[in-house]
Amino acid sequence: MAAISMREAFGKALLQYGEENQNIVVLDADTSSSTLTKIFAQRFPERFYNIGIAEPCMVDVAVGLALGGLIPFANAFSALLSLRAIEAIRSNICYARTNVKLVAHYAGLSDYKDGPTHHSISDIAIFRSLPGMTLIVPSDATQTAAFVPLMAKKDGPITMRISRGASIPVHKEGEALEIGKAIARRKGRDVGLIACGSMVGRCMAAAEILAKEGIEAAVLEIHTIKPIDEDSIYRVAAETGAIVTAEEHSILGGLGGAVAEVLAEKCPTPMVRIGISDTFARTALDTDSLMDAYGLSIDRIASVAIGVLKKKEKR
Amino acid sequence: MQGLAKEESEELNEIARELRCTSLRMIHRRQAGHPGGSLSAAEIMTVLYFKVMRIDPENPNWDERDRFLLSKGHASAMFYATLAKRGFFPEEELQKWGELDCHLQGHPDRLKTTGVDMNSGILGHGVPIGVGLCLAARHKRKDYRVFTLLGDGECQAGLVWEGANAAAKYALTNLVAIIDHNGVQLDGFVEEVMPIEPLAEKWRSFGWDVLEVDGHDVDQLYQAFLQCIEAQKKPTVIIARTIKGKGVSFMENKAYWHGVAPSTEELARALHELGEEF
Repeated sequence: MAAISMREAFGKALLQYGEENQNIVVLDADTSSSTLTKIFAQRFPERFYNIGIAEPCMVDVAVGLALGGLIPFANAFSALLSLRAIEAIRSNICYARTNVKLVAHYAGLSDYKDGPTHHSISDIAIFRSLPGMTLIVPSDATQTAAFVPLMAKKDGPITMRISRGASIPVHKEGEALEIGKAIARRKGRDVGLIACGSMVGRCMAAAEILAKEGIEAAVLEIHTIKPIDEDSIYRVAAETGAIVTAEEHSILGGLGGAVAEVLAEKCPTPMVRIGISDTFARTALDTDSLMDAYGLSIDRIASVAIGVLKKKEKR
Repeated sequence: MQGLAKEESEELNEIARELRCTSLRMIHRRQAGHPGGSLSAAEIMTVLYFKVMRIDPENPNWDERDRFLLSKGHASAMFYATLAKRGFFPEEELQKWGELDCHLQGHPDRLKTTGVDMNSGILGHGVPIGVGLCLAARHKRKDYRVFTLLGDGECQAGLVWEGANAAAKYALTNLVAIIDHNGVQLDGFVEEVMPIEPLAEKWRSFGWDVLEVDGHDVDQLYQAFLQCIEAQKKPTVIIARTIKGKGVSFMENKAYWHGVAPSTEELARALHELGEEF
């Protein structure tokens, strides 16, 4: 059976958690048929607010609902949340520390068919620069669903950035999951692959390829980009001495940037960042081929890992 | 509808006068702030905080309280003067406004200052946040009202109208926007920088009830707020015609005084005009 999409998993989880917590209210900006918040809307129309094509307004309405004691989940395409609505997010969610949960949909290249206006490859950099923001990038559908109640139960500003489609599954139902705590997906001593989102599954696949060549790659999943689990990064860097980061995001300011910031000060380590080089992508027929075309393929992860390994050996 | 007794009007006018003086002293002391838009809002703030709003300074986070959102956050001097006078925090604290260790920020901060319901400073957010607060009241079956004070130049911001749309969609009768319509913004006259008229027609066409009053007449303001309470179907906007810098002859209607602090000599002249000595 094909893995379900992150958005479908999210939509169902939101409904399920909304059944038990009456304080959950949901907002969308005319994208509920895309984000699948319509699953919640159909069951709880009185707790669903469609604010139309007005993302900053949607954010502010969510802020008001939070001030009034509710737990709003505000949904929109990540490109719009992170760009058009970002001032409202900065001023009224982060600075005013209101208990709003943002869900940034269609992240990365996952809206392959709509092209660069709808791709969202700067959002991690933007969200993680905001003081007080917690930023979560789940790796698959199961983990996306598992984060919904965790987000609701943790007070304060949180953004969850999810893809439109499915990714290679990595998270098991019921597996331990904690905001801010990275997951060691695979042990290895030769090179450390640090990834978020859809690239976690790809890194696991790349580690298999590397294993066949006698290279033992560790895979560390950083689902919480902020606050980042620094200790887990130091650990994998110390154990392997060579790091590759991988994300479905611009090479600038995302996971790779965050990991580099952590390592540069305390534990400088040879490293290479995999991401979309500083460019706009293109329209494509599916996400996987688009990701491959922009340097995010499994084979490339493996070859970059071998390259960084050589750097380590030269030291 | 019952109007204000003569003594009540006099009392409110006296409070407004005091708040003007306090605001100017505050702005002068730290040589920063926004005198023009603070002075124009004196009666509006006075009538809201001393006559209309259901609030309890002893219990500032009371769940049933009416909420106030200073959408034109740069009128913070007037806001802080009002909150202190109403008893939310000691008036002596106003003297430390803007100092590094003082809770009073350049623009209002709900986490630092008692009585502030929401942060502001970037214009345009009062109406849409008010929409969310009113929806929360509906969800929780509470009858508090939400007042938000906007500038007229602020109505140039698209977000105001996104919020106006949403308020009408949800028929939020507990939302009241007040526009401090002083006709002047940072760069000059509103009608020259970017015309907003016909303002009343615009709000009406967005599905709001519109009341127009003299924003320096406490009786008219009070009557308008009473009328809002009886609103049955729509949110209400009160367009309060005001004078920027009201009460200080050399500040009136001058864009210069949007965000410039008076010198000591200018403060002395201003206070004298307002019936106080430096």
